[in-house]
Amino acid sequence: MIVTFTLNGAPANARTLLPISLLDVLRDELGLPGSKNACEQGECGSCSVVLDGEVVCACLVMAADVEGSTVTTVEGVAGDDDLSPVQQAMHLAGAVQCGFCTPGIVVTAADLFARSPHPTTEEIKEALAGNICRCTGYGAIIRAFEGLAQENA
Amino acid sequence: MTTRTRKRPARVDGGVGQSTLRPDGITKLRGEFEFAQDLGAEGMLWGATTRSPHPHARIVRIDVAPALAIGGVHAVLTADDVPGRATFGLEHPDQPVLASEVVNFWGEPVAIVAAEDDDTARRAAAAVNVEYEVLTPLTDPEEADIRDEVFRRVTIRRGDQSSTGSVVVEGFYEVGTQDQAPLGTEAGIAVPDGTGGVDLYATSQFIHIDQQQVVASLGLRPDQVRSHPAGIGGAFGAREDVNLHIHLCLLALHTGQPVKMVYDRSESFTGHVHRHPARMWYRHEANEQGILVRVEAKVMLDGGAYASTTSAVLGNACSFAAGPYKVDSVWIEGVGVRTNNPPSGAMRGFGSVQVCVGHEAQMDKLAAALDLDPLELRRRNALARGDRFPTNGQLIDTPLPTAEVIESLAAMPLPANSSGLPGGSGLTTEESHVTRGVGYAIGVKNLGFSEGFDDYSEARVRMTPDGAVVETAAVEIGQGLFTVLAQIARSALGVTTATVHQLDTSRIGEAGSTSASRQTMMTGGATLEAASRLREKILDHHEGDDLTDDGVLREGEVVVPMAVLVEEGWEETVTFRHPPTERPDEDGQGRAHPDLAVAGHRAVVDVDVELGLVKVVRVDTAQDVGKALNPDAIRGQIEGGIMQGVGLAVMEELILDGGVIQNPNFTDYLLPTILDAPDVEALLIEEEGPWGPFGAKGVGEPPTISSTAAIVAAIRNATGRDIARVPVRPQDIAL
Repeated sequence: MIVTFTLNGAPANARTLLPISLLDVLRDELGLPGSKNACEQGECGSCSVVLDGEVVCACLVMAADVEGSTVTTVEGVAGDDDLSPVQQAMHLAGAVQCGFCTPGIVVTAADLFARSPHPTTEEIKEALAGNICRCTGYGAIIRAFEGLAQENA
Repeated sequence: MTTRTRKRPARVDGGVGQSTLRPDGITKLRGEFEFAQDLGAEGMLWGATTRSPHPHARIVRIDVAPALAIGGVHAVLTADDVPGRATFGLEHPDQPVLASEVVNFWGEPVAIVAAEDDDTARRAAAAVNVEYEVLTPLTDPEEADIRDEVFRRVTIRRGDQSSTGSVVVEGFYEVGTQDQAPLGTEAGIAVPDGTGGVDLYATSQFIHIDQQQVVASLGLRPDQVRSHPAGIGGAFGAREDVNLHIHLCLLALHTGQPVKMVYDRSESFTGHVHRHPARMWYRHEANEQGILVRVEAKVMLDGGAYASTTSAVLGNACSFAAGPYKVDSVWIEGVGVRTNNPPSGAMRGFGSVQVCVGHEAQMDKLAAALDLDPLELRRRNALARGDRFPTNGQLIDTPLPTAEVIESLAAMPLPANSSGLPGGSGLTTEESHVTRGVGYAIGVKNLGFSEGFDDYSEARVRMTPDGAVVETAAVEIGQGLFTVLAQIARSALGVTTATVHQLDTSRIGEAGSTSASRQTMMTGGATLEAASRLREKILDHHEGDDLTDDGVLREGEVVVPMAVLVEEGWEETVTFRHPPTERPDEDGQGRAHPDLAVAGHRAVVDVDVELGLVKVVRVDTAQDVGKALNPDAIRGQIEGGIMQGVGLAVMEELILDGGVIQNPNFTDYLLPTILDAPDVEALLIEEEGPWGPFGAKGVGEPPTISSTAAIVAAIRNATGRDIARVPVRPQDIAL
């Protein structure tokens, strides 16, 4: 079947002949490799996307289920800018190392700040609790978003 | 030629000492950075691996026909199809490229397939019919020792072996198996070049060693195999050994088409080596003043089924078994055994992590026996310049600020009492059951390769239209190497433009492995020397007294513009070596280490003693960094390294049952999340090291060495329990 949905603000179609995840469709069929596959069990958040206003692990979503939905991936976060405020904050704080978790963290944090422009540290941690980073120890990620929350306040 | 006062390079923007931003930060944040998982090529096939379901079995028969019968399958290869050396290995090539007669660990590769898509390839791999005669696996390291199934034995004897102290403490300690768990799994693509050779793009920490092993097993000439850098989602030691590299090249050359392979997470757990699980016995003797008199230890590492780096890890574990303390009578006996458990190898800390759990528990026991403050005991025995290293006896003739590390930890303020409760959002904890504990640990490790290994790195610095360029084969694994190499080049040349280009194995010499905390020192050393020489050569040639972005200056005036220097094609290539080291003698004596670093950690934990839950509240640290070339990047290494120490202390363990991994996935192998992240205060101790660029020391591993030991000490302090095993499980506390 053909699934039609809105992807990063533009209409998109994907063939879903096999039972296939949204993650596989994004990466292999629609040419958007920014969402990463690290565990394929919804444990690490590397494939986080916003689906109809909610952050989900794209590896756990059947592609057929996004018919008519709106999906935002990391490729859609910055829009026409080089970096969105969330990305800029991470860049300046040194919150990127290997970068494999980065797209998922960008998507999750962008969603958080869209809903709540000045989250507390606890809210930041709560929002990112499903995104595993193996390199940074999270310190720089927390500092990046604490700083951004203050700027917005 | 007139004599001129030549200027030293001015302090430049983006030079050393500044927290310059990563060059790949923006592409990574936009999701545009190309990882090995994202590679593709025209006409590409997908590869998959048939793996042994048994930890030990004889292969009776392999029938590939059912796999070949599946539509879209292009090749099914077994050991018979390996044209060159049948085995590979970093130190001893003992591991079969594909198992032929016997399988020795659960998940060992037996066959590989190439098919038109990933799904078909995996179905074909599952369809290969392997008939096994199951054998009893050897999984107990003690039994392996008795049977003399060993990769290496190490004995260290130093000083008067009859020395005794009046205060004696003993203990057994155990460390479980930790996985590096880099978020990016093993991935790569091999592309045949049409003339019998192949180009490999795969996750790696050392592309030349991959290339050499592919050459050997494919029976090709070295110039026929080119190993290229590929974007890598973390490493931590898991990317030192070959895994899919030879397989990809075999499939590509067999089919004549590009072949891509990506391990899934479960496969990744069997597809790379893990940190060695360890068993240790210790005996420390001291006098009444708390001065160490003698240290005895036995260290047993389970190397698993194949050699990998077990010899070197064991050498390190034994060498650092006494910690950063002065003691003149030492006896260490180490063994790295061969079992049918998954192969063990490199992971951040490389042997020093395990023994730190032992020697630091001993120091705490000794402090208790002497009724001394744990830090005071460590202060009294702190190793320093001018001392002999306790195990191998090498004279420490360069800075080793152990005492400064201890003093710094002692001076850091302790946090207030409330921290939120263990148990997270489950709200299972009652405040009345929570006790706080504080623990300390100090660790030491070598920087660079030890034991006489010829350790070198080649780098080239060129003046190009895009600015100065550093060329290297060194692998950036996320730690920030390319940031710091560019900083070094800028400071050494005196220009603000510098970028790093990673080249394939055919275009530049070896940079060595991105491991052993060595690349900032080694490839950084090569970059510094190449850039400095280049500056001198340019200034000599043009009789200038300064080089800047504008070009060559003489008495403040530009005499040769930068564009002319670019046209002239200036470049300089340097192979950098650290001072030579010695292979230890039969008593383990000799100058084995090129340089050392110390770090210490103070952990504060809140423990629910009823439920056995631990919240790591803070981990503060002081670390010997030589000279901080990029303070923010160092902080990133420190915080990330501490977090892996938190994982090993309280949650990360690969559970084995009869050689079979029980939790090869992120649901059951627990990794620390942002909610587990302790607050960290990091103090960088800068006493310039002997040979790293600008006095820098490697910083990657020290944060992981003593953080685990400090957290366990804090849990002991909170609970009063004699916890001797990591990771500490709820039942170790509550039952």
